Amino acid sequence: MSAVAGPGGERADVVLCPGGPMLLRGEHVVLDDDGREHRTTRPVSAVCRCHRSASKPWCDGTHKLLPPKLRP
Amino acid sequence: MPTHRGGIATRGRGYRRVVTALPKPRGRLSEEVLAALSELPVAQQDLQPSHAESAEDAALTLWVLHELSYRGFDDVDDDAERDPELFWLRCLLEDDLERRLRERWPGPPDADLSRDFFDWVADHDGPSLARHVQTDATEEQVLDLLRVRSVYHLKESDPTSWVIPRLTAGPKAALVELQYDEYGAGDPGRLHHELFARGMQASGLRPEYGAYVDEAPAEILEQNNALSMFGLQRRLRAAALGHLAAFEATSSLPSRRMAQGLERLGFPAELIAYYTEHVEADAVHEQVALREVCVRLVAEEPGLEPDVWFGAWACLDLEDRTARRLLEDWEVA
Repeated sequence: MSAVAGPGGERADVVLCPGGPMLLRGEHVVLDDDGREHRTTRPVSAVCRCHRSASKPWCDGTHKLLPPKLRP
Repeated sequence: MPTHRGGIATRGRGYRRVVTALPKPRGRLSEEVLAALSELPVAQQDLQPSHAESAEDAALTLWVLHELSYRGFDDVDDDAERDPELFWLRCLLEDDLERRLRERWPGPPDADLSRDFFDWVADHDGPSLARHVQTDATEEQVLDLLRVRSVYHLKESDPTSWVIPRLTAGPKAALVELQYDEYGAGDPGRLHHELFARGMQASGLRPEYGAYVDEAPAEILEQNNALSMFGLQRRLRAAALGHLAAFEATSSLPSRRMAQGLERLGFPAELIAYYTEHVEADAVHEQVALREVCVRLVAEEPGLEPDVWFGAWACLDLEDRTARRLLEDWEVA
C-alpha cells in the first residue's frame, strides 16, 4: 500500500505510514502524553506512533527495531 | 603539474567557506588531468581511462571532473566543464563505475517496493561505522571519519538536486519538499551542510568545502562519484532516487549512535547537533523518499523500478566498502 494522494488526487496533509510514523504537513502544535506542547519545525514532521521513540513526540526510526507485530 | 595551493576563497554568505584548490594527483591519469586543467583546451585523445594506475587514481580523476559541474576550482577556467576531451573522459570513467556496480548487483529483489523496502534495507547486514563510533572508537578515529565524510557532508543533498527537473509533478513536488528541509527550509543557518561545517569548525577541523579530499580513500571518492553520476545522468534518475531512499533509511538510527559516540568522547555540541538533527529529519525523509518520491516515480514510469532498487543497493554496497576500509585501516575489523 502506498501513501500517495487521496482518491481525488489531492495531497494528504496527514499520512499514516504503515508500520511507521504519522506524517504531518505544515505548521502544527502537537500535545504530548504529558500535556506538553511541541511546535513543528520542518515542512513535514513525523509523529511517533510506536511509543518507543527517544525523541517523542517525533519519530526517531525506533519502530524499525520492533518485531512487525509491535509496529503501528 | 599544478601545485597544491592552500588558498581559501571566502564569501559573504551561503557557501562562505570554499576551498577550491586542486587535490594532489594519485597516479598517471589524475596527474595528466590536473595538468590539463591549466592548459585548456585538452588535445584530442591525450587522456585515456587506461592511464589510471589504480582505483584511487581513477576515482580521484572522476571526482575532479564532477567537481567542474559543482563549484569548480581556483585558476581553472569555467569552460573546463564543457571541454570535449574532459567530458568524454568523464563519460568513460562513469561507464566503468556503473559497469562495476552493475556487475556486483544481485538484481532487484522479489519484493514490493512500498511494503518491503525498509525491511529489505534492514536485512542488509554490513559493517557499521556508527556502531563503532557509539561504543569503541577513539577520538583520532572519529576525527579521521569526520574528515573523509566531509567530502560529502559539506555538499550534502546537492547531487540529488540535479534530478528535480527530470521528474513529473508527483515525485518532483515530494523531492523538492524533502530537499527544502535539507536546505534549511529557507534558513542558510539550518542548511544541513552548514550544520556540518559548524560542527567541523567547533571540533577544530577545517570547515571548508573540499578541504580533506586528499585524505579520502578510493571508497569514499566512489561513494561521491556514484551520487554525482546518478544525479548528472537523466538516464539514471531512478537510481539517484533509490539511492536517496536507502541513504535516508539508514540515517536516523545510525545518527543517534553517532551522537551518542560523540557525547561519549566529549565532542562539541555543534557537531552533536548535526547528528541529532538527522535523527528526526531523516525519520521524515525516509518516509517521503520512499512513499512519495520513489513509489510515485514507479507508478508513473514502471520501467524504472529496477533502477530504484539498483540505486538503493549501490548506496548500501558503497557504504559497506567504506566501512570495511576504515575499520581495516583502524585495525578493528
